[in-house]
Amino acid sequence: MRYIPNAENDWESMLQTMGYERLEDLMTILPEPLRMKKALELPQPLSEMELVQHLRSLSEPGPQGKRVLSFLGAGAYDHFIPAVVDHVLRRSEFYTAYTPYQPEISQGTLQATFEFQTLICQLTGMDVANASLYDGASAVAEGVLMAHRLKGRKKCLLSRSVHPESRMVTRTYSHPLNLQLGEISYTSTGTTDLEDLQRQLDEEMNAVVIQQPNFFGCLEDVEEAAKMVHARGALLIVAVTEPLSMALLQPPGLLGADIVVGEGQSFGNPLNFGGPYVGFFATKEGFLRSMPGRLVGQTVDRQGRRGFVLAVATREQHIRREKATSNICTNQALCALAVLVYLSLMGKQGLKELAEINLSKCEYAKKKLSGVGRLRFSAPTFNEFVLTLNRDASSVLQILLKEGIVGGLSLKRFYPEMEREILVCVTEKHAKEDIDRLAEILNESSVRKQGIQEPGR
Amino acid sequence: MKEEWPGECGLVLNEPLIFERSARGRKGYSLPKLDVERAEAEKIWPRKWIRKDLEGLPELSEVEIVRHFTRLSQWNYGVDSGFYPLGSCTMKYNPKVNEDLARLPGFAGAHPYQPEEIAQGALQLMDDLERFLCEISGMDRATLQPSAGAQGELTGMLMIRAYLSDRGDPRRKVLVPDTAHGTNPASSGLCGYQVVQVKSNERGVLSAQAIEEKMDEDVAALMVTNPNTLGLFEENICQIAEIVHGKGGQVYCDGANLNALLGLTRLGGMGIDVLHFNLHKTFSTPHGGGGPGAGPVGVKGHLADYLPVPIITRKGERFQFDYDRPKTIGKVRSFFGNFAVLVRAYAYILSLGAAGLKRASLVALLNANYIRSKLKDHYHLPYDLPCMHECVFSDRLQGKYGVTALDIAKRLMDYGFHPPTIYFPLVVHGALMIEPTESEPKETLDQFIEAMVRIAREAESEPGLLRDAPHKTKVSRLDEVLANRKPVLRWKPPTAREP
Amino acid sequence: MNFPKEVKYTKDHEWIRMEGEFAVIGITDYAQDKLGSIVFVELPALGKSFKKGETLVTVDSVKAVAEVYAPMRGRVEAVNESLRDNPEWINRECYGQGWMVRLKIGDSAELSSLLTSEAYEAFVAEEEAKG
Repeated sequence: MRYIPNAENDWESMLQTMGYERLEDLMTILPEPLRMKKALELPQPLSEMELVQHLRSLSEPGPQGKRVLSFLGAGAYDHFIPAVVDHVLRRSEFYTAYTPYQPEISQGTLQATFEFQTLICQLTGMDVANASLYDGASAVAEGVLMAHRLKGRKKCLLSRSVHPESRMVTRTYSHPLNLQLGEISYTSTGTTDLEDLQRQLDEEMNAVVIQQPNFFGCLEDVEEAAKMVHARGALLIVAVTEPLSMALLQPPGLLGADIVVGEGQSFGNPLNFGGPYVGFFATKEGFLRSMPGRLVGQTVDRQGRRGFVLAVATREQHIRREKATSNICTNQALCALAVLVYLSLMGKQGLKELAEINLSKCEYAKKKLSGVGRLRFSAPTFNEFVLTLNRDASSVLQILLKEGIVGGLSLKRFYPEMEREILVCVTEKHAKEDIDRLAEILNESSVRKQGIQEPGR
Repeated sequence: MKEEWPGECGLVLNEPLIFERSARGRKGYSLPKLDVERAEAEKIWPRKWIRKDLEGLPELSEVEIVRHFTRLSQWNYGVDSGFYPLGSCTMKYNPKVNEDLARLPGFAGAHPYQPEEIAQGALQLMDDLERFLCEISGMDRATLQPSAGAQGELTGMLMIRAYLSDRGDPRRKVLVPDTAHGTNPASSGLCGYQVVQVKSNERGVLSAQAIEEKMDEDVAALMVTNPNTLGLFEENICQIAEIVHGKGGQVYCDGANLNALLGLTRLGGMGIDVLHFNLHKTFSTPHGGGGPGAGPVGVKGHLADYLPVPIITRKGERFQFDYDRPKTIGKVRSFFGNFAVLVRAYAYILSLGAAGLKRASLVALLNANYIRSKLKDHYHLPYDLPCMHECVFSDRLQGKYGVTALDIAKRLMDYGFHPPTIYFPLVVHGALMIEPTESEPKETLDQFIEAMVRIAREAESEPGLLRDAPHKTKVSRLDEVLANRKPVLRWKPPTAREP
Repeated sequence: MNFPKEVKYTKDHEWIRMEGEFAVIGITDYAQDKLGSIVFVELPALGKSFKKGETLVTVDSVKAVAEVYAPMRGRVEAVNESLRDNPEWINRECYGQGWMVRLKIGDSAELSSLLTSEAYEAFVAEEEAKG
């Protein structure tokens, strides 16, 4: 049978050692009334060939079977992944290993994690980073919980320009601990309303969360926000969903952030229909003992050889149990490895150049599309922006889809006040012709009236 | 030592930290030509926001990077290397075809926000998987959102909390057995519950009486693992569930040990209200060196309203995401879960079918009991009862020679085996938890048994050999005290400049 | 095992040296031995008040965390700052350089329940026998 080496010849002698006759006799370990009398109702097993055929047909996108041209971003970014990344991930010593609890035979995972932690510190401008969390959204939630542990006050503020899913996850985590969460509005230019922040800040705040670049693709004034927040003795948490931006932007750690969290998917991890992704979490030296997640530390063995081990584990669930800093057990090791390999390949020069390409493509798209729609926000952006169309966004997106284009994300689902707005993302994978085509179809659709079919389509 | 042991000395290649390899000007990347006008950050962004430099990111050629990671991988031991009997982790074989399937371009390239019209295949896969998991466990509905078992536990406990609060009866306590995994009380703590420990009896399981004593109207739930972390079936579970339900509480089951039960029994039939699955354990998705896994949660009907959003519904032939769930607990992570992990679990279930899954559990039971019966004359067996998919020994017999579970584990590496789980569960002092899984040939089991017998003899005749083990690995007995007293958690550039 | 006679003890393995209206507190030789190498100590803030039985200090070894409880009500007058960088003093000289907190005693009646060195030694022997 599939993946089960032992067969009948093997069982016989093994069963005899224990006084059983048949394999099914092992069921007697279970109380009689609980033993299943009939088989599970599952599909008949497929051979490998049939399995591949079935999954292939499920994976083909759309009824046409051809790939769509997508301008979706919003927390998940379509960057090119060099071949080396997957080749490394496919080394079975990496992917079939467990959490490195026995360091002597897991130095590969441990050193790679140490390197990952270092890179996150370098990128974010912070002192210490953990081995990764599940994703960017839960990293924001963990940041808020940590601020609560450190400050012991009652409230946190999150800007409305932080990714809606991050805010939703934070609410889910905060609710049972009776943490109050408030919202800061956004300005007409597309950034966090710092006046609103100032008004709401008081001594009851643990932390304030902003995102850089924010959900609308706009750049925030992290330094200014940090000053305001610190004046009230609260912590500033900055979330970064597109870390490629940090190749060009001063990192939040150097602008006053106390905790920097984010989503590492952009680096070496495919879109994968939403997961697995990889959250990163970095903070200052002084907050180390309150950090959630795994940490790998450097040490020496008995012969003075350098090695790496899991460190400061007394914060974690397997020791502190209900007093743990979090309940997290796994990190997202293989995804963090992908980040590490990707960043190693790109290096400091490549990452900067790639970020410039993304910026350039997006600026071109903004110019081209501002002729068809209106740029909603005037604040500077990185690789995504909000476009206001001349009518309801969903109907326009429908038209685009028929042309094999996913033009962007309709924002109405997250911001009811934005019925005509779409969030458009451009990366290095979009050619000039792709952007031109988007503009062209959008232009045509704005001329077309709703519901009237063009002849010949 | 015989020549035939898997563990052997060999040439191991050293490799510095990637930053130490870095040399200025080296390149490992290639980028497409810019086909639009170059935008300069300095011209469109405020000057003071622009990054001064990216020091500390390495500069290497592709071949150096490939060698770096190839060497690092060779220092690791994985399931593909050999026997990996880590108790409670179910280190079974990770099928290779599933690695290819998860990477199908239609899946790997799918954006989570892409229109449902073009995501029907993915949605069907998730819907099918949900139904398979419910069928296997006897539950009514499931969420595939949690990224790991621990996140699944949090999700389950949040749902219980929401359910009870909804009835105006929030309650403050959760009962957790002394054999529980650390994530259980940690997850309860995250939900604001006070954890009350319940002691297992002399048979290593929970007794109805012990639960009766601690159960009251302020207890929201009992968190149970079945089989428990001693590898024993919680034989009183039905009666216990009745007691908990009788006082208005819920029963949460940690499904980490589901590999013992596939097709043999169903947790849903034992009074379990909510449970989590570990796809990276029972359903063969790879552990990845510590993730990504997936921790779907199955619930009985009365808890379905509280499931995280979105859930998948079917309208005729069309699958849809449904976000309109007023009583939902919300979301525990972004998007829908670790989809690429779900693909692997789905493929695994389709490859085995009902008969294959049942066979997997039976052989898992067989292999574990085989080891138990062969080693009980050499190691102390705290509970001499038929076990399920794992068995727990202790280092008590070897203790009189000054040898501990740690020493035994380290010495096993020299023989070429990954050690079992040590020092867990906490109720057994010096525990050695062995879970062979079904994907091991008999010869491997026999070899492991022989190695363990040898080690027991070495403990008596040459305990120093064990205390100094391992001898064949790249590093040996790393100083954890040093790592914790003065934590060094990152490499620093030689000139302590700002990044 | 060393249990000096000049100090008093609790069943939670703390030692107390009386200095007038102050009590100097640490953990016993038995406790430090059981914990193993100490890697980190979390000391209370100066001036903070504690009730009897509340957690005063937490002590981390590599694999365990132990709580040190206030043996009587009092206010923190001083803490041993050197433990921050050198937690190993607790292992090396638990009654001397490894002292942790100096409390200003709040309720001297609570001192009557403290154990003598002999009583504590007997208690430890019982604990060991239980295994």
